Amino acid sequence: MSDMLAIEARDLTKRYDSVNVVDHLNLQVKESEVFGLLGPNGAGKTTTILMMLGLTEPASGAVSVLGFNPTREPLKIKRQVGYLPEKVGFYENLTARENLRFIADLNGISYAEANQRADEALEMVGLTDSEIMEQLGPNRKIEKTVGKFSRGMKQRLGIAEVLIKRPKLVFLDEPTAGLDPKGINQLLDLISGLPKIGTTVVLSSHQLYQVQRVCHTIGILAKGKMVIQGAIDKLGREALAGGRFQIEAETEAPSEKLIEVIRGIKGVGSLEVKDNVLVISTDADLRREVSKAIVENNFPLIQMKIQEFSLDDVYMKYFREE
Amino acid sequence: MFAIIRKELADYVTSIRFVASFILVLLVSVAGLWAAREGIRGASLPEGTVFLGLFTTSGTVVPSLTYLVSLLIPIIGIALGFDAINSERAGGTLSRVLAQPVFRDSVINGKFLAGVVTLTIMVGTMLLLVAGYGLNMIGVPPSAEEVIRLFFYFFLTIVYGAFWLGLAILFSIVFQRVAASLLFSLALWLFFSIFIMLIAPGIANAIAPTADGTEAELIRNFELQRMVTRFSPNILFQEATTVLLVPLVRSLGMLSVSQATYMVPNPLSLGQSILLVWPHITSLISLSAVCFAVSYVLFMRQEIRAT
Repeated sequence: MSDMLAIEARDLTKRYDSVNVVDHLNLQVKESEVFGLLGPNGAGKTTTILMMLGLTEPASGAVSVLGFNPTREPLKIKRQVGYLPEKVGFYENLTARENLRFIADLNGISYAEANQRADEALEMVGLTDSEIMEQLGPNRKIEKTVGKFSRGMKQRLGIAEVLIKRPKLVFLDEPTAGLDPKGINQLLDLISGLPKIGTTVVLSSHQLYQVQRVCHTIGILAKGKMVIQGAIDKLGREALAGGRFQIEAETEAPSEKLIEVIRGIKGVGSLEVKDNVLVISTDADLRREVSKAIVENNFPLIQMKIQEFSLDDVYMKYFREE
Repeated sequence: MFAIIRKELADYVTSIRFVASFILVLLVSVAGLWAAREGIRGASLPEGTVFLGLFTTSGTVVPSLTYLVSLLIPIIGIALGFDAINSERAGGTLSRVLAQPVFRDSVINGKFLAGVVTLTIMVGTMLLLVAGYGLNMIGVPPSAEEVIRLFFYFFLTIVYGAFWLGLAILFSIVFQRVAASLLFSLALWLFFSIFIMLIAPGIANAIAPTADGTEAELIRNFELQRMVTRFSPNILFQEATTVLLVPLVRSLGMLSVSQATYMVPNPLSLGQSILLVWPHITSLISLSAVCFAVSYVLFMRQEIRAT
């Protein structure tokens, strides 16, 4: 992850019939990270993505994508950015490869190059020949038209199409909708691999578990406003534990002396003893120091865990407050 | 943009619609030839216009090729364009295509041009077929002037087709549903080709009643009727092609008996024929241009996500 910003939006606003669908939105996405855009339906996720692609014009505010202004220089952005719409559609009378070649053609990629990239992209998303071909007679196989594809296959083809232009940044709008659990896993693996090849990913979804699995940073949108933005674990602490860490360490019959030692570690706030479990509230991740103190005082360390915050907790907290 | 034209052409040529249109074109060619075969002997065409007679003479039952073309071309134009934009929108492909590095107008330009190319192929095929078989049938080769007249006819037919194509694309932008755009295009076609002939006398009678039955009143009424029907591109096309392909036609308006008496019944020269229908030609071209321009503007301003 570098510190260069792939996307920076300031006070981005979009109005439909005098209703602010996106309302003074501020957003930063770093290069080579997976950014999760969360929010309930109608929060303005898709509109935000469309504005960043230059497919719709903001009413006010500024956004810079890969250093370009989407309203003024949409083509420069579109050359490097892939977009998978929520309702992905293909030319149903064409085959998977024909669809990919058309998109490659629109990107000015030569026919031979397009064929090669199409094979690559199909492999990356796991669309095998046995899936995209059909038997026609005993010894003849032809490529299926996309009209005969299942929902999941189309979704994967959509990702392949996004990848064919080797984008620096991809917008995926609800990419896992309609996939089976195996497909979802494959897709999430694929997405988390993208930053390694230098591609930044912006993912919109309301599947919190999936977002938590692949995203480094999230932003939660509500009614067109950015409610909170940051790394998931940090957000969890801030939202639920007042920015503090909670460490639980299990040992055997902790003595007063041990408790005093642990209290003495720098950064430890309160400490509670529940039977054999010490519940320690700290300013930072002090697991190393705490375990060391226990072991050095000849107490067994049976187990130790730091409280983790699920995205569900964070999300629900914000929407309960709404 | 060439990528889009290529794809659209490939789509058109492989579609069922194209096959159906092409069969229609072939049928019309055969019908036109049949009509000419029946009618051309009795038509007593002056020398130098016989070959054109292949296209303009009607048989006892079958109407002339030009009339059939004036009915058929709108259908082909509509068939090529009625779902141009809304099917892409409904299928979810429009937003994907627009997310590629292409200008937004390339999409509509590409579709329109691919349609015009398809139309050109069809009209060209039809004219060449009729010319070839016709030549074989009557054995009179065309003169240079006839060939030029046919070229004008060819051009005008494509412009006329482009008007209907543009109109169909316009409806496909305005209406979200494919069925709606198809029905509206067909309704307009029906109105312009049939109903306008029925309502024209009504409008003329309302504005210029012929209560007294004087000559001046009758003339005014008649001129008004023509005026109304000329709002229809079908009528414009029919009149223009008649004058272009039948050099004997000297006037589209009324002639007084005294004028007719002194008229020499010989064919008009090419320049004079064109002069006679110049307004028709320009109006047809401008109608096509306006239709396309309106679709262009609407498409450029439309929100991509209007679902």
